[in-house]
Amino acid sequence: MKTNPATSVAKTGAATTRWNPSPWRQDFPLIAEQTGLAYLDNAATTQKPTAVLNAVRAYYRERNANVHRAAHQLSDAATRAFEAAREKVAARFGASSAKEVIWTRGTTEAINLVAAAYAPLVLAEGDNVLISRMEHHSNIVPWQIACSRFGARLRAVAVLPNGELDLDDFDAKLDERTKIVALSHVSNALGTVNPVADLTARAKAAGAAVVVDGAQAAAHIEIDLRALGCDFYAFSGHKMYAPTGIGALIGRQELLEAMPPWQTGGEMIEHVRIEATTYAPPPFKFEAGTPNIAGAIGLAAAVDYLNDLDFARVASHEADLLAYATASLNQINGLRIVGTAGNKSPVLSFLAQGAHPHDIGALLDQQGVAVRAGHHCAMPLMETLGLPGTVRASFGLYNSRADVDALVTAVHKALSLL
Amino acid sequence: MPAQTASLDDIRASFAFFDNWEDRYRFLIDLGRAIPPLPDEQRTERNLVRGCQSQVWLVARHDEKERLHLAIDSDAHIVRGLIAVVLAAYHGKSPAETVRFDVEALFEELALLSHLTPTRGNGLRAIVSRIRSVAAAQD
Repeated sequence: MKTNPATSVAKTGAATTRWNPSPWRQDFPLIAEQTGLAYLDNAATTQKPTAVLNAVRAYYRERNANVHRAAHQLSDAATRAFEAAREKVAARFGASSAKEVIWTRGTTEAINLVAAAYAPLVLAEGDNVLISRMEHHSNIVPWQIACSRFGARLRAVAVLPNGELDLDDFDAKLDERTKIVALSHVSNALGTVNPVADLTARAKAAGAAVVVDGAQAAAHIEIDLRALGCDFYAFSGHKMYAPTGIGALIGRQELLEAMPPWQTGGEMIEHVRIEATTYAPPPFKFEAGTPNIAGAIGLAAAVDYLNDLDFARVASHEADLLAYATASLNQINGLRIVGTAGNKSPVLSFLAQGAHPHDIGALLDQQGVAVRAGHHCAMPLMETLGLPGTVRASFGLYNSRADVDALVTAVHKALSLL
Repeated sequence: MPAQTASLDDIRASFAFFDNWEDRYRFLIDLGRAIPPLPDEQRTERNLVRGCQSQVWLVARHDEKERLHLAIDSDAHIVRGLIAVVLAAYHGKSPAETVRFDVEALFEELALLSHLTPTRGNGLRAIVSRIRSVAAAQD
């Protein structure tokens, strides 16, 4: 496999359509078995490898029991697998310890947890929370609510026409009253990779806590929280080849200890009397109720799967797909790629010849090409760019250049019909 | 106010004749091109149908004979085509006929049923639901 995407793109043509097949395609039964499908909606959710499917099935067949309530061996086995999953996630993301990993349903719930339980510790009237105009709604609305609770203001960093954050505007909007900075690692709509380590350093220097929405990064970037330096990192399992309904908030331990519980009930307590309750230490303090045990075990299997890959090779494969798709789509008359940041994840948003994104999306679907069309849950970004929405093709490690060719052929056909 | 440009029988006959998706969608898009555009003054927030990712505006009223008069428009071609089918199905109908009409069966017959699923976000479901509630209020 070539390592320089730019060179390889220049050499491609129709004759080389099957060039650069994905070596991991066979690991994903849904992808491998549906030959007529070009699945390019990976930013919405990814398919699951056999290893993940097997892990979930094995859990239910062999070890299903409630966790942390061991009066029997089955529960011991389930608890061990469940806590081993936490260790695996901690190691993959570079958390200081497994105690910093709180299971959530996904990124949305993780951000809501921070907004509900951390914001009250720091936000007061006249303070502000700094987000950006490219955020997913799940990294906007929780902060709107937190700000309105405490009389704080929500500020949003501008986005440049190429889809990069306006770093001057970031500096201008960050001040001593900024208590929380919440930014996406990777834009779900445009694929822009934000310089979160640099921005975290600036925010920390100004005295703000930093929350990173890693939903779109976890499958594509090797994340090391020690290097990023942020206080909270949120991600979803289902966007990194794991089941739906499981994700995590990874938070700095001293902050988690200071935070009050947010949802209450079983599992999160230490001792309950009718008069008063003492709470379990983190992470359990934030995990009321029976957790998604099968999901956590499936996520651990996805982490194992990713750990066993040569991730540099994955990154290079995805960079090649992005470069090839960019070059191929750019050859279509009247097609405009939206989001041309220097550092991009394998996401391509585009508009073509004034066609409505939904028309393109529906006609691609008829041709077996699965994309997303619309505002991508980033309406303020679309408003900033002056667009009703875009068509978004997003790639995963099992995609190949043949999928890109299918996309290009299908776009040509769609435009001929419209 | 003759909002219809193709009758339901014509549409059914044409769709029955097509044996591939391309012809079906080309015809659907052509149907959409033929519906009269809604004047700008009716493209208001009030007439906007919620639940549509493409924009859809709908104006519905019953005349003195209780016949449904519909004017619907969208900024997307395929949705306009679907609207043409909806107009053919409902325009000029009595409230009772409107409520009774089996729209699922029609879209299934035309192999367009997937557009009625709630996940599509194209608003066809919301359009039909608004028409039915207008008729139910009249009935």
